[in-house]
Parts: sequence; C-alpha cells; structure tokens
Amino acid sequence: MNINSKKIVPYFLVSPYIIYFLIFIAFPVVFSVVLTFHKWNIISPMQYTGLTNYVHLIHDEFFLKSLGNTLIFLVIHIPLQIIIALFLAEILNQHIKFRGFFRAAFFLPVIVSGVVVTILWQQLYGFDTGLLNRILIFLGLGRVGWLVNPSMAMPSIAIMATWKNVGLYIILFLVGLQTVPKNYYEAADLEGATHWQKFKSITLPMINPTIFMVVVLSTIGGFSLFIEPYIMTGGGPLNSTLSAVLYIYKQGFFYYHMGYSATLGLFFAVLILGVVMFQKKFIEKDK
Amino acid sequence: MKRIIFYIFLCLCALVFLYPFIWMLLASLSPENEIGALTFLPTSLSLNSYAQMLSKIPITRAFINSMFVSSMVTLGVLVFGSMVGYALSRLEFRGRNLIFFIVIFTMTLPFQITLIPQYILMVKFGWVDTYWALIVPGLMNALGIILFRQYFKSIPQDLIDAARIDGCGDLQIIFRILWPNSLPALVTVGILTFMTSWNDVLWPLIVIRNDHLMTMPQLVTLFAVGGAAESQLGVKLAAATLLALPIVIAYLFFQKYFIQSMASTGIKE
Repeated sequence: MNINSKKIVPYFLVSPYIIYFLIFIAFPVVFSVVLTFHKWNIISPMQYTGLTNYVHLIHDEFFLKSLGNTLIFLVIHIPLQIIIALFLAEILNQHIKFRGFFRAAFFLPVIVSGVVVTILWQQLYGFDTGLLNRILIFLGLGRVGWLVNPSMAMPSIAIMATWKNVGLYIILFLVGLQTVPKNYYEAADLEGATHWQKFKSITLPMINPTIFMVVVLSTIGGFSLFIEPYIMTGGGPLNSTLSAVLYIYKQGFFYYHMGYSATLGLFFAVLILGVVMFQKKFIEKDK
Repeated sequence: MKRIIFYIFLCLCALVFLYPFIWMLLASLSPENEIGALTFLPTSLSLNSYAQMLSKIPITRAFINSMFVSSMVTLGVLVFGSMVGYALSRLEFRGRNLIFFIVIFTMTLPFQITLIPQYILMVKFGWVDTYWALIVPGLMNALGIILFRQYFKSIPQDLIDAARIDGCGDLQIIFRILWPNSLPALVTVGILTFMTSWNDVLWPLIVIRNDHLMTMPQLVTLFAVGGAAESQLGVKLAAATLLALPIVIAYLFFQKYFIQSMASTGIKE
C-alpha cells in the first residue's frame, strides 16, 4: 500500500500540468498544422484546400511587407539596444553614488505596460505639438514625421522599444560585467593596455553569453510586436508598421481567415526558432 | 570637475527615462488646451480629464477584473508550478525526463503558433466573454516550473526527511515545509507572473468583447484606439496614467525584487 502510493504520488503531482499541456499546448500545435491545409471561418464547416494557404503565403505582399518591417525593426533595435545597454552598464559598474537610484530610473519603463508606453510616445512623436518635434524646433532643426513618414514609422517604433526595454538589458549586462575577474584588468593595466583594448579583449569575450541572450530576446520581441503598431499607427502609414503578430491578428480576427492566420503563425514560429538557432551558431562560432 | 560633468551626464540619462512619465502625469492634470504647449509646469491643475474618462469607460470595473484575473493566474502558477517543480527535483519516477523535456519544449515554443488554435478552443468551450478564457490558459507556465525546480534542489534533504518522519505527505511537504523556505522563488515567480498577466493585451483583445469583463490594459487600449477618447489627449493620458499607477506603486516599494525577478528570467540557463 505504502509502496504503491509512493509510486503514484509523482504522477498525481504532475497530472494537472500534463492535462494542461495536452489541451493548451500539444493540441493547438497539432491543430495549427491541420488548419494550414484548410479554409475556415469557425462558423461554417472546415473546407480542405490542400496547399492553397502556403501558395497564397508566398505571393502575399502584406506578409512580405510584415517580414520586411520586422527586419527593419531588428536591424535598428538590436544594435541600439546592445550599445546603449552596454554603455550604461559600464557606467553603473563603476563606483558611483546613487547607483540604486539610476538603476531604478533606467528600469522603470521595463515594468510599465506597453500600452502606457505606446500611448505616451504617440504624444511625444506628435508631428505638430509633440514634445520631440518641439525640442527639434527649439534646437533650430526641422520637424521629423516620426509616425507619419512611412520610412520613419518603423524606426520610430524601434527607438521606443529600445527606450522601454533597455533597462532590463542594462541589468543583464551589469550581472555579466560583475562576473569578469578583477585581476584580468589589473594584469592588462600592467601591460599598459588602453581602455578600448581592455574592453575589446577582456570585457567583450566575457560577456558574450549576455550579448547572445540580448540578441535572442530582442529577436523574439521583434517578431512579437503587436500593441505598439496596433495603438500608434494601426499598421500604417502604407503598411510600414504592419508587424508579424498584427498581421496574424488582422487575418484571424478581422477577416476570420483561421486557416491562413494559422499558416502565418506556424511560419513565423518556425522562422523564430530558425533565426534563434542560427544566431546561437553564429555567436558561438565567433567566440 | 570631471566628476561633476560625469554626474550631470548621468542625470540627463536618467531624465530621458523619467521625464516622459512626469510629462504624462502633468499633461493628464492640465487643461486640455494647454497640453500641446506643455513642457514643464502647467499653469493650472485640473482633474477634468480624469472626470471625463471615468464617465466614458468602466475603468474601476476593469481594474477589479485585472486584479482578479492576475491574482488567480498567479495563484495557479505558484501552486501548480511548485507541485511539478517538486516532483521534478525531489522525486524519482519513470517519465521524469520526458516531463522535463516537455517543460523546456513549452518554454521555447513561440506563442504565434498556438494563438489561433487556442482561440478556437475558447470558442468551442464556450469561454469567449468569460473569466475562464482569461484565467485558465494562464494557470501554468514553464518558467514557474523551472524556477521552482531549481530552487527546491537547493533545499537540504534533511528538512524533507524530518517532515516525512513526522508523517507529512508530499503536498504538506510542498506547502508547509518548502514554501516557507522558498520565499525568494515565490516572490520571483509571483512578480513575473502577475506582471505578465497584468500587462497582457493581445489575449484579452481576442477573447473578450464585453466592456464589463475587459481587463484594464485592454479597456485603455480600445479607448485610445477607438473613437471614445474623441482625440482628446488629456483623456487618453489620464487613462494611461491610471493604468501605470498600480504597477509603479508596487515598484516603488519592491523595486529590488522587481529588478531581481526580471533579471533572473535572462539568467535561467
């Protein structure tokens, strides 16, 4: 009896999770693959359409646009994020007063809802009376069409996202920097190394894993952009801020194209996993 | 001298992160016609924007909804997460590695793939426009399991053995022996789960259409995007300020724990 119950206990403890996994993860993954071969608006019966969704995907200009937009976002967001985070982390890693205050200040946007940040920045980015353009005018520069200029809108969102997330990466880099043994720098000092040499040959290799993490998290973030374009631009102007998730959302809950929307979701999920694996290889090789 | 310039620079950096929030608060308290020119102090304070917002949307109800949903989700993640984390770290059983593999798989799986099928499940369960849709899919998550598993590993076996001799069952061991000794893990998982749930907008937008069941970020989003704000800046900013307030207040008190918790998601492996 005792031996029997001892054998059952572990399964009893994990059973809620197994049930959860089967219903909310395993079934959806399998079903999403099934959906990609069908046309369905939930109400009428499912209609088998073979590879139509996949064929449509390759020729869909909005899909290609959302892919390109994500690329623009990542190309701006990732370097900006790493440079600013590393720079501020280096500063915070020195002996400074009120370090706790500065750390808390940089971190504040991280904890605030993306909805708040987006509504706020929408006003800051305003063309006529937005704070940023008023500062530019004050400095004697011209207005920038932050959200109204199609080639500027996605970079504007990338800048805002950097402002929101950089605090987290400052903390991660700070943790990374503190793992670098002090005597490495002392040895380099004896050799007469410059600041830049020390940074390049000691700091950078030591925090490589942190950089990888920042790249991966930012990439996932770029493919998950939704609320920012949803509130700020609705995907415009001229679809220049149509993001991957916003497009999945529009296809699914605007047009009720469940099959096609699932195809987009499956494609982007596979793409994210592929890109992350590629980044892992690339950065580890670089080491 | 160099030191002073350094600190001035650092303060400017901090201002870049803080000032937009200060501006938002001031703008929400300004008369509507002054917001466009507002850079620092408004000439007069007015609660007009807040009054208008309160009359337009059920924001108090949304606040209660969000509180309820996020609390239930957090409770679920803490209870179920520690049960699975305990089994994975402290018990020997066939299939343990498989379950750990499943947890890791779930964590790496991008949500884009499950979004549409999960919505269809909600439709088939009849959960659209109910609290069930907001709570049940969030009751468990991989990160909670992993963090608990890791933390429980560090607890001395003697403690568990002693409890067993006293006749404690496994559930009692988890909730009466391990929990009081795992406060850092409980705080980390609690903060992360609560914040993620509180800030989520995409899922509520998909499964809730009824004003009175909406979560706070969802209601504020629809207010800002839809016509209800009638392009009045002050009203939008007042809604955003109220939405930020609960988390910012919690952050002021538990700042250290917020930063530690968020940082630990990155350092998990």
